[in-house]
Amino acid sequence: MLVLAPALAVFFGAMADALSQGEAADEAAMRTEVAAWGLTDLALFTEARYTRHPTQADRHAAFQDHPGALEHFPSGALMPPPPLLREPAGP
Amino acid sequence: MNGFARQRYLLDFTVASLMRRPGRNLSLLLVYTLVVFLLASAMLYSQAIKGKAAALLRDSPEVVVQRMEAGRHALMPVSYLERLGRLRGVAHVEGRLWGYYYDPVVAANYTVMAPDRDGALPGQARIGAGIARVRGLAPGDVLSLRGYDGRPHAFTVAEVLPADSELVSADLLLIAPADFRAFFGLPEDVYTDLALAVTNPAEVRQVARKLAERLPDCRPILREEVLRTYESVFDWREGLLLAVLAGAVCAFLIFAWDKATGLSAEERREIGILRAIGWETGDVLRMKLWEGGLISFTAFCLGYGLAHIHVFHAGAPLFAGVMRGWSVLQPHFALTPQVDALQLTTLFLLSVVPYTVVTLVPVWRAATVDPDSIMR
Repeated sequence: MLVLAPALAVFFGAMADALSQGEAADEAAMRTEVAAWGLTDLALFTEARYTRHPTQADRHAAFQDHPGALEHFPSGALMPPPPLLREPAGP
Repeated sequence: MNGFARQRYLLDFTVASLMRRPGRNLSLLLVYTLVVFLLASAMLYSQAIKGKAAALLRDSPEVVVQRMEAGRHALMPVSYLERLGRLRGVAHVEGRLWGYYYDPVVAANYTVMAPDRDGALPGQARIGAGIARVRGLAPGDVLSLRGYDGRPHAFTVAEVLPADSELVSADLLLIAPADFRAFFGLPEDVYTDLALAVTNPAEVRQVARKLAERLPDCRPILREEVLRTYESVFDWREGLLLAVLAGAVCAFLIFAWDKATGLSAEERREIGILRAIGWETGDVLRMKLWEGGLISFTAFCLGYGLAHIHVFHAGAPLFAGVMRGWSVLQPHFALTPQVDALQLTTLFLLSVVPYTVVTLVPVWRAATVDPDSIMR
C-alpha cells in the first residue's frame, strides 16, 4: 500500500477539496444580480450580440440556429484574438 | 491460507516484481497519468463551468418574450405589456431595456441596461469591473460615449460593480431608463423585450404556448432553454477538446497495447519459473491482474488529482483558451470544484478497466504453456 499512498493522497486530497466547497461566496452576489436585473447570459464572449447573449440570439440569422453552429467570431475556436485587440488602447 | 492473506502476498510479490523493472513501469505510469490528466482536465473544466452557468442562471427570467420582425429581433410595443398581462397564468410582466454599445476606444462591446426597479439616477452609470479595467475608470470619473445621434453623452460613474461578479457583469453599463432612451434614440412606447413571471412554474410551457398563439409575432424563450443552451455550448466545446485529444489517447492505447501484450523474454521466463515451482495458472493471472490494476489505478488517482489542481487552483492554463474563448472584456472568475459520481465512474471505467483486462490475454497464453518449454 506504500506504493499507492502518494497517488491515493493526491486523489483523496482533490475529493476533500471539492466536497469541502459549498456555494462560492461570489455565486450568491451574482445570483442576486441575475435576479435583480433579469440577466439571461454569462458575460464570457462579448464580441458579438449572438455570442454575448447566445440564448437571446435571432432564430433565423445565419450561424445562429443553434449554439453548436460555426461561429463568425473565434470565441469558441482555437485561434487567438488578432494582435490589434491584444495591444493596449492608445492614449 | 485464507483468501485475503493470499491476495496480500500476491500484491507484495507484484509490487516487488514491478520494482525490478523501474524504468519500464515508471515510463508507462508517466504516460498513463498524462493521458488521464488531459481527459480529466477537459471533463472537470466543462462540468464546473456548466455547473456555474446553471447555478447562476436559475434566477433568470422564467420567460423572455421577443417580438420578431422579418426574422429579426424587433422592439416590443408597450401595448404588448398589457396584452400579456391579461394572459391567464401570468403573474407579472416587465419591460426590459437593454442593448449594445461598441466602444471604439477599447474595441469592446458593452451591454447597456436600464433596469426599471433599480432607481438609477439620470446622468449616472454603474459599470462592470471589466469596463472599469479597460477604460481605467473609478467611481466619480466621467464616461463619455457617442449616442445614436453622434453627440457625446456623459455619465458619471456612481459605482463599479463587484469584481467577484464579473462572470455576469464584466461588460454591463447600467443607466437610468430615460438616459437609455435618449442615448439610443428609443421612443417612450417601446421596450427591447419583456420578462414574464408565471403563477405556477409547472405551467410555464402552457403559458408559452398560449402566448405564441395570442401573439404570433412573438417568440418566448424559457428559462429551461437558457440553461440548456449553456449546457450545449460547453458540451460542444468539451467535445471539440476531446476530439483534439483523441489522437493522443489513440497513441497511448497503441503504446499500452504494445506494452501489455508483448511479454518480454524475461517475463516469460518469470512466469515459467513460477509455474515450475508450483504456482497455478489462476495465481499467475491474479498476479498480472494486480500488476495491471496497480499501474492503471495509480495513474487514475494521480491524473485525476493533478487535473483537479490544474483546473481549480492553477486556472487551467492548458484549456481555458478553448473552453472560455476570448474577448476584450474577458471576465475574471474562479470555478467551484464539484464531484460528479457519473463522470468519475466513466473516467475510472475508461482508464482502469481496459488496460487491466488487456494485460491478461498474453499472460494467460504464457501461463497455460508447459513451464519447461517457456524456460528453454
